[in-house]
Amino acid sequence: MNTDPNPAAPISTQLATAAEVPADEIALEVERLNLHYGDTQALRNISMRIPRQRVTAFIGPSGCGKTTLLRAFNRLNDLIDGCRTEGEIRLYGKNIYDRDVDPALLRRRIGMVFQKPNPFPKSIYENVVYGLRLSGVRKRRELDEIVEWALKSAALLDEVKDRLDDSALGLSGGQQQRLIIARAIAIQPDVILLDEPCSSLDPISTLKVEELIQELKSRYTIAIVTHNMQQAARVSDFTAFMYGGELAEFDRTGRIFTKPSMKRTEDYITGRYG
Amino acid sequence: MNTAGYKQHISSQFNAELEDVRQRVLAMGGLVEQQIVDATRALMDSDSDLSEQVIRNEHKVNQLEVFIDEECSHILARRQPTASDLRLVYAVIKTITDLERIGDEAEKIARMADNLSKQERLAPGVLEIHHLSKSVTQMVHDALDGFARMDVDTALAVAREDELIDREYEALMRQCITFMMEDPRTIRRVMDIIWSVRALERIGDHAKNIAEYVIYFVKGKDVRHLSIESMEREVKGG
Repeated sequence: MNTDPNPAAPISTQLATAAEVPADEIALEVERLNLHYGDTQALRNISMRIPRQRVTAFIGPSGCGKTTLLRAFNRLNDLIDGCRTEGEIRLYGKNIYDRDVDPALLRRRIGMVFQKPNPFPKSIYENVVYGLRLSGVRKRRELDEIVEWALKSAALLDEVKDRLDDSALGLSGGQQQRLIIARAIAIQPDVILLDEPCSSLDPISTLKVEELIQELKSRYTIAIVTHNMQQAARVSDFTAFMYGGELAEFDRTGRIFTKPSMKRTEDYITGRYG
Repeated sequence: MNTAGYKQHISSQFNAELEDVRQRVLAMGGLVEQQIVDATRALMDSDSDLSEQVIRNEHKVNQLEVFIDEECSHILARRQPTASDLRLVYAVIKTITDLERIGDEAEKIARMADNLSKQERLAPGVLEIHHLSKSVTQMVHDALDGFARMDVDTALAVAREDELIDREYEALMRQCITFMMEDPRTIRRVMDIIWSVRALERIGDHAKNIAEYVIYFVKGKDVRHLSIESMEREVKGG
């Protein structure tokens, strides 16, 4: 099968800190990003570099801007009236807010998975190929191959292989979420954004999705927003702590959870009064 | 722990659990300190009652270690501590292991004291131990004080002190060898003194370990196996 989107290039195994990641290992680079919803400023002067084929977790209290930032990565905020974005977000060097960038095409390269699984009321098969059909893939054989690969990559194939034509709505919550991930990777994006992907799942399904995230990072760059601190600690290589619309601290996950450099990060992750 | 710099947890129960563990470590430390004082006093005074008391008390130290260990594993399982909380639990688990070993060394000294108290003549070297035992006891006291206040400067002072202890240990060993060469009939008794000196030196090493855990807790830096100079550089380096 030649569906492998970007065969894993060698990458240095030990990235010292997020700031020290070499330029050719950066997937997304955010520079002086400010975002307003009307008069309210949701993101304040954010600059960061998100390493390629790594998992970067965003944590922080409600309303700190982490979901807004995630949505800025594939320009979902454009759809909101009164939303203004300043600054740059570069995907492999190209500013995604440039005029010549088509948001629809951008979202094919930067896929997103939401909090609640949102399968279409169609068959499992049709859910996975939905994006491919939109982009004009017609050949049945090609579609079959991608469905098999995507479901396998999403660790779902064994559970659904005999009922691909059944409705996706009949799957359990955990299976639905993995189906959504299969749908996201079927179009072979560069980056996968996960917005609290496990918050509606039971512990076993959560672990399956976390396991999947680990496997997917060999091919994709993953950014995950989570309220579950232990989840961030378990799955991510880097952790960004956001507070009041600012990026308060961004470092290796091991460092953030043992010796964060900011007092505010410390207070948040240890559960002290903010 | 110097809690002044730390806000309280949103979970007051978690606060209470951490504070409880910390208090028990200090209680265990107090007990261990007393064991050293009593064991060396028994040695110096040929007091077999006191040495037997030390031997009897050893199980209390062991029980505390087991109890605190269990408390820590519950905290790890139930609270999944992070950052300074994680470092505190980690430092506690390591510290009580060293305290328990110090307890073992004190017991060894008490056993030597018991042996020697049965001899008719005072063992040569027994008086010379006095100074070493005082320094070592003080070192353990300071290490615990550093732990109680989570004070890096005290911890560094303890680590520096260990170098002096090692030198004193060398000098005492040479002295004991001289005693044995001068009068081979003393060998048996002097051997007991040597074991005691050795135990005191080991206690110094354990106190230094505790000081290193204090530095780890406060600074998040692992300074084990470093020379005192590199240790100071690491700590002062922010």
